[in-house]
Amino acid sequence: MAETPIDTPTARPSRLRAFWASDFMYAFCHAPVAMVSFAVVVILVLSALLAPLIAPYDPFNPASLNLMNGFTPPGEANAFTGDTFFLGTDDQGRDIFSTILYGMRISLFVGFAAVGLAMALGVLLGLVAGYLGGWIETLIMRIADIQLTFPSILVAMLIFGIAKGVTPAEYRDQMAIWVLILAIGLSEWVQFARVVRGTTMVEKNKEYVQAARLIGRRPGAIMLRHILPNVLSPVLVIATITLALAIIAEATLSFLGVGAPPTKPSLGTLIRIGQEFIFSGEWWILLFPALTLLALALSINLLGDWLRDALNPRLR
Amino acid sequence: MVSFILRRIFQSVLVLLVVGLVAFAMFRFVGDPIDNMLGQERTMEDIERLRADLGLDQPFVVQYWKFLEQAAQGNFGLSYRQGRPVADILLERLPATLELALVSGILALIGGITLGIFTAIRRRGFAANMIMTVSLIGVSLPTFLIGIVLIYIFSVELGWLPSFGRGEVVELGGWSTGFLTESGRKALILPAITLGLYQMTLIMRLVRTEMLEVLRMDYIRFARARGIRERAINFRHALKNTLVPVITITGLQLGSIIAFAIITETVFQWPGVGLLFINAIQFVDIPVMAAYLMMISVMFVGINLIVDLLYFAVDPRLRDEGRGGAS
Repeated sequence: MAETPIDTPTARPSRLRAFWASDFMYAFCHAPVAMVSFAVVVILVLSALLAPLIAPYDPFNPASLNLMNGFTPPGEANAFTGDTFFLGTDDQGRDIFSTILYGMRISLFVGFAAVGLAMALGVLLGLVAGYLGGWIETLIMRIADIQLTFPSILVAMLIFGIAKGVTPAEYRDQMAIWVLILAIGLSEWVQFARVVRGTTMVEKNKEYVQAARLIGRRPGAIMLRHILPNVLSPVLVIATITLALAIIAEATLSFLGVGAPPTKPSLGTLIRIGQEFIFSGEWWILLFPALTLLALALSINLLGDWLRDALNPRLR
Repeated sequence: MVSFILRRIFQSVLVLLVVGLVAFAMFRFVGDPIDNMLGQERTMEDIERLRADLGLDQPFVVQYWKFLEQAAQGNFGLSYRQGRPVADILLERLPATLELALVSGILALIGGITLGIFTAIRRRGFAANMIMTVSLIGVSLPTFLIGIVLIYIFSVELGWLPSFGRGEVVELGGWSTGFLTESGRKALILPAITLGLYQMTLIMRLVRTEMLEVLRMDYIRFARARGIRERAINFRHALKNTLVPVITITGLQLGSIIAFAIITETVFQWPGVGLLFINAIQFVDIPVMAAYLMMISVMFVGINLIVDLLYFAVDPRLRDEGRGGAS
């Protein structure tokens, strides 16, 4: 049977149709949990992206704030100004709904960027370790083992602390978000590297890699163009689960006061602020950011769980 | 077996040396120690003299070795923030963390194994399914949120338990314990549950999976065919064989309990080493950070080593293999 080359322009639309008709989509459409959690994730990500359009107020613009609006309960009219807020306001009169939208933006940005960093680093080091072997492999995997001895949240805290010490005091607040991405990204690469290394070691002995080597492709090209596409499905699963971990890690660090600064609050910072008011009865300042974080983490986790089973050939 | 143990000890020492290097690099390169010790009014001679006094003009390796020597004797210098020896501060705070970790570890172990056995034996029961669903939410719930929820229910709404601190403590020869006073025991409850819950769900899920696996084995079916009572099969035959992985995970989780104690201690303002570490990060107190890092790595590496050795004690098959390999 003659194979049609995949990269011709005519083959492109059929690839998309092939994806819709695939087992993967069939499994997805028959898993209500996966569909619901995917919908929740999409809604949350979209509302975070479109925050400037959806949010009724700009919580970072001091001019739009009215201190008189502080501590307005959700859905009730403020006693002084008569304004109503869907989810109430915090101590400074900021609309909770708007701060959550903007906070989710920062949480998701840090989460995605950190996973991107961890994935790039882990996949690259895993490919190199698995394909080249030798002392490079020993070195990389030894570092991975040592890092794995410690929980990643501790590693992230430490990197954050060191980076904070290195940056001059006046830039610390501006740099905090980037330091956070660096800290979480560097603390989560090990899983990627281990899995990619394992798969690469299996793949590199297969015939297509031997063939690519015989026609004289360079090792870098073989790793990136030939092996990488074949190790991507476990990477996708780990990336999803790591995203939930990264979002929780970011929230934890920010909650502990070693993450996003109060001027750019993420969900964790909002929960930190809200915690101060549970004794005085202003429960809504804490509850709504916490529920948002929980919905985000839970639905990504469930999606990752389902993805792991769906992409596992042994379970089909 | 001897060669295996020697190799593991060698690896542990290597890990400690690397962590020591990180801690040393923090001291040496994060912030200039000279800047920290001399005030604004300083001359070049002062700087040179202090540099020589501190040994900062010597080669890197010599400095690293000296640092390790000092660290091994528990000397990490003075805290930038409190101006007291770091070792003293750590020792003062350590009992609080260890008591918290101990209680929540025991809680996680007992609760996790009991619930794990229950959900495995009554796999199709309503209660077992409920427990499994709740545990899934529990895994997604960040530790600090669990703490806040508990504070809200038991401190704010019901007012039964304190929401922060250790209560009254009794000094027992340098070890401050909260076990002996009522307020101390009360203050321990919420933090211990917060810290232990995540590990408990982990252990529970592990015991359940292992137990289900073992219950499917032929020797269990055979035991059933012999007419041995269900209780004896479950607890004497099945449970024993699920314990090896449980020991590993529990041992490794002991390390994370100490690390996650940082979060719990911050939520409850528990005066342990974790809270000290978070404050050190906030104020860039490098000596405290480095000392905490060294202390916790010694604990982690020690725990990992003990877990590996426990394998031999628990699983006779490994012992025979080891002997066969050595002879």
